[in-house]
Amino acid sequence: MAQFIDMPKLSDTMTVGTLVKWLKKEGDVINAGDMLAEVETDKATMELESFFAGTLLKIFSAAGAQVAIGDPLCAIGKPGEVVGMPAPKKTAPAVAAPVVSPAPVAASARVPEPASASQPTPPAASSAPTPTTSPAVGRVRISPLARKLAAEKKIDVTRVTGSGPGGRIVRADILAAEKNPPATKAGSGSMFTGGALSSRGPVQEERLVPVSTMRGVIAKRMLESTTQIPYVYLDIEMDAGPLLALREQLNTGLEKEGVKLSVNDFILKACADALRRVPAVNASWEATHIRRHGAAHVAFAVAMEDGLITPVIRDAHLKSIFQISTEAKSLGKKAKEKKLVPAEFTGGTFCVSNLGMMGIPKFTAIINPPNAAILAVGTTVTKPVVKNGQIVVGQTLTVTLSCDHRVFDGAVGAQFLGALKTLLESPALLLV
Amino acid sequence: MPQITYREAIRHALAEELTRDPNVVVMGEEVAQFNGAYKVTDGLLATFGPTRIVDTPISEAGFIGLGVGASMLGIRPVMELMFWSFYSVAFDQILNNAANVRYMSGGQINCPIVIRGPANGGTNVGATHSHTPENVLANHPGVKVVVPATAYDAKGLLKSAIRDNDPVFFLENTILYGDKGEVPEAEYVIPLGKADIKRVGADLTIVTYGRCVIHSLKAAEVLEKDHGISVEVVDLRTIRPLDFDTVLASVKKTNRVLIVEEQKPFASVGTQLAYMIQREAFDDLDGPIHRLATIDAPAIYSPPVETEQLPNPGRVIKAVLAAMA
Amino acid sequence: MSKKPSAIADIKAESAVKATDYALAPINAALSSTQRIELYRTMIRIRRFEERSLRAYQGKNPSGGTNIGGFLHLYIGQEAVAVGCCSLMGKNDHVITAYRDHGHAIAVGMDTKPLMAELYGKITGCSKGKGGSMHYFAPDKNFWGGHGIVGGQIPLGTGLAYALKYQGKKGAAMAFMGDGAVNQGAVHEAYNLASLWNLPVVFVIENNGYSMGTSQARSSAGQLAKRAEGYNMTWGQCDGHDVYEVRALMDKHLTLAREQSRPSTVEIDTYRYRGHSVADPDNTYRTKTEIEEYRNKKDPIQVSLHKLLAEGVLTETLADQIDAEARAEAESAAEFADASPYPTPDDIQKDVYWESDHPAQRKSEGRLFFD
Repeated sequence: MAQFIDMPKLSDTMTVGTLVKWLKKEGDVINAGDMLAEVETDKATMELESFFAGTLLKIFSAAGAQVAIGDPLCAIGKPGEVVGMPAPKKTAPAVAAPVVSPAPVAASARVPEPASASQPTPPAASSAPTPTTSPAVGRVRISPLARKLAAEKKIDVTRVTGSGPGGRIVRADILAAEKNPPATKAGSGSMFTGGALSSRGPVQEERLVPVSTMRGVIAKRMLESTTQIPYVYLDIEMDAGPLLALREQLNTGLEKEGVKLSVNDFILKACADALRRVPAVNASWEATHIRRHGAAHVAFAVAMEDGLITPVIRDAHLKSIFQISTEAKSLGKKAKEKKLVPAEFTGGTFCVSNLGMMGIPKFTAIINPPNAAILAVGTTVTKPVVKNGQIVVGQTLTVTLSCDHRVFDGAVGAQFLGALKTLLESPALLLV
Repeated sequence: MPQITYREAIRHALAEELTRDPNVVVMGEEVAQFNGAYKVTDGLLATFGPTRIVDTPISEAGFIGLGVGASMLGIRPVMELMFWSFYSVAFDQILNNAANVRYMSGGQINCPIVIRGPANGGTNVGATHSHTPENVLANHPGVKVVVPATAYDAKGLLKSAIRDNDPVFFLENTILYGDKGEVPEAEYVIPLGKADIKRVGADLTIVTYGRCVIHSLKAAEVLEKDHGISVEVVDLRTIRPLDFDTVLASVKKTNRVLIVEEQKPFASVGTQLAYMIQREAFDDLDGPIHRLATIDAPAIYSPPVETEQLPNPGRVIKAVLAAMA
Repeated sequence: MSKKPSAIADIKAESAVKATDYALAPINAALSSTQRIELYRTMIRIRRFEERSLRAYQGKNPSGGTNIGGFLHLYIGQEAVAVGCCSLMGKNDHVITAYRDHGHAIAVGMDTKPLMAELYGKITGCSKGKGGSMHYFAPDKNFWGGHGIVGGQIPLGTGLAYALKYQGKKGAAMAFMGDGAVNQGAVHEAYNLASLWNLPVVFVIENNGYSMGTSQARSSAGQLAKRAEGYNMTWGQCDGHDVYEVRALMDKHLTLAREQSRPSTVEIDTYRYRGHSVADPDNTYRTKTEIEEYRNKKDPIQVSLHKLLAEGVLTETLADQIDAEARAEAESAAEFADASPYPTPDDIQKDVYWESDHPAQRKSEGRLFFD
């Protein structure tokens, strides 16, 4: 039987060798210890020594070839013996596997990893009854001990104010919150599903409803807003007639295209344009400075079963009414389906809250920090108005701007509302 | 109970072990005729003679290596390094040979050597003589590292170290040599790897060892009196093996931790402790783990400034207040 | 095809018996025929073991993995040194060496199966697969390693001598080093201590001419062994290709150690045919002609074979038989190594501390290991 000479391992780090040149040729008589070839490793050029004696029958790898360790280079045997390429070496059965699996070490020496970090989830999509907050909205700064205590005592950490460095909630804060619980609202049913009118029983089953993540975030943010922001509220009433007329005209014209513009679409577009005209409103309070935002990312509130969420039309100042309309519909649908991703509901610079479709004529909204303002939009009201000295039937719309007085003053807010009124009363401006 | 110095306590341990076991040999620079560079071995030559108390040349790699080799054949050498700082010239003998020989021989050999000597700053001897290598030493599986803070601990721990069958590195402190403490006359040993709660407290745990135990105890008194903060002081006494259970129990009780160490901050003993504490007591922490170490530079010579470079009671107080914020 | 393995067939005509015949030295003259043959047998067993380990190093195991990892420093060419020195060992004599330690391990009587298994990283290895080629140990055979750092073992060897003296045992430590080690500080510190304290140690410099790839001329000033004079030690030098000559010189130095508790240094000239480690090239620092010259004229096994044939102690048939047995032994060691299991991950943290290996006798508390 011929002996096959394989590419040897010639260094501790070698995986492949380059066959530099053959020192013997086929047919040569080989003594054990003879040098057959020169092989270049990662370290040096070394000579390949034969451990066998016989005749060099066949060379498999030509000079210059790169050959992996263990692959055949040549065969040595009796003169005249016929050899082919050797069959591939069989892999040994698993029991002989030489590689020591690290798995048992891992199993014995490590504690189980915590469950993999949850994917960023929009707060709307989470209704887990834990007091933790979604990382997407901003985590609560809390010590590990306080977090554990809060869980044990079922205290909503989003309602606790931290006294530690940077507002970190520490054990003392949880203990204080336990003694002096923050006011909890009675569990409310859905705003959309009232109880039966004729019922004589209790209003609802009396029970404790766990605070959902979203509810917790809303609570925290709204509390933060109303306790930290000095508010100014400004109303303005405008003539909605031209807006409604233009809307009807456009919707009729575009019906076969499947486009249907809402009053809110016009308001979003008008806000974006008004922000361009009075950019001081498009800003944020950052304690040591005021950040003026270069882009108008206009958010709008979407009511949901257990809260609300504010998807954002990014770069609304660059978009047409049609683009805004399309985007707002898509975002609103995703919001209802709890399918928004964080990028779609974060980063707004201004917000619009519209309760017009609920029949509310006028209200004030709470600013969603770090925005400096929010616009509350009422319903269009048909009522007597004075036009050209005549009392006529008119359609009006009242909007209320909640302003962060730290960022801008009432006069600036008034300018913004003035610009908004101009745009909405001459809505063709929104089309150019 | 009689009050004796930390230095005397070590000497008593050596004398008792020399008497108990004829294989114990004390060896080092100036340990015999000179009676010890820091007088730890004072009088031992007179009692035990030159075969047991051996002066060596200034040749740390040579005599430490010799001790390692002798220990493989059953001698129990107690080698004195005049300063632990000199370990660097014997690094190969200490951390390649003593630390690894058991492992590389597949458990056929053990190396019952003790290397002892002072390892501290604060005496204005400059960077080369002020090393605190307990972290470097303890980084080597196979060795044990002891850093006693009091006379009582020094004696009981050194006796255990000499009886131990693994290499034990015993780090003393020149500033503590003169400190007196109560040490019983009756024989006792303190097992390696057993921490000691030097002060019971409720609000914060200081984990420390060596001279920083003394600083921490002083700071704890002031904190109690002036700030109403109740500090628990856990003295590790042994770095490896490590009594982490005692640390853990204390942290779970107080929920706040400050580690105090005479170590350069990077990859120090405290770094390892901080890792372990957050890993095993995460949910018991009411604040981040704080650590007070030597200010990160080579040991400065300037005497008043060196005091500030090292942990001291004033720095401990500040660190505790920061950790309680 | 391949010719019959034969030691006789390898004999080169040029191999010559030296004029000074150390066979006549009393320590050699007293050897029985059997003892002479055993010297030869041990040398050839080392040679075949080393050749087989090289094949294993270069090859792959049946699963396609590495048989032997890391470095492999072969003793081929130097066999007469370890065999000559270790053949003189009494029960209180001890040996320590550096990383080219296979020859010494076989010479002190270690079984080649666990030695090969150690190369393969198997649990049946002499160090349970934890030490590897450079770290063979056999305390039961007074063999204290197998040390990886050049010169680092010399203080340890001095410590063995210290222990002998302290315990009042009449014996000697042989502390082997290569010619490269003489420039390490630890060696000089050990020389000083040994001479200062009259320790029974023989420092053996195996001078193969090259510290890795740097020749003696390029690395060391002066005669290596002569440095002993600076420490008030006697020294000797001999040709290490003749096992009789090695024994004759070492006997004198061991006697000095045992009888007078005085250290000394010997320098034994020898030659390695292989690279520093098998991965290291030869062509940067020496010529093929030089290697061939040594193989042909000074090979310790051929020198010994010549003498034994001339002495009539050995016949060609017996020589062939010894060689065949040595090859078979090496092969069987490789088979044993190959068939042996690897250590398991659970073995990683064994043999670290005496205490963790003897939990019932443990006196310390606390955690010894960390994760």
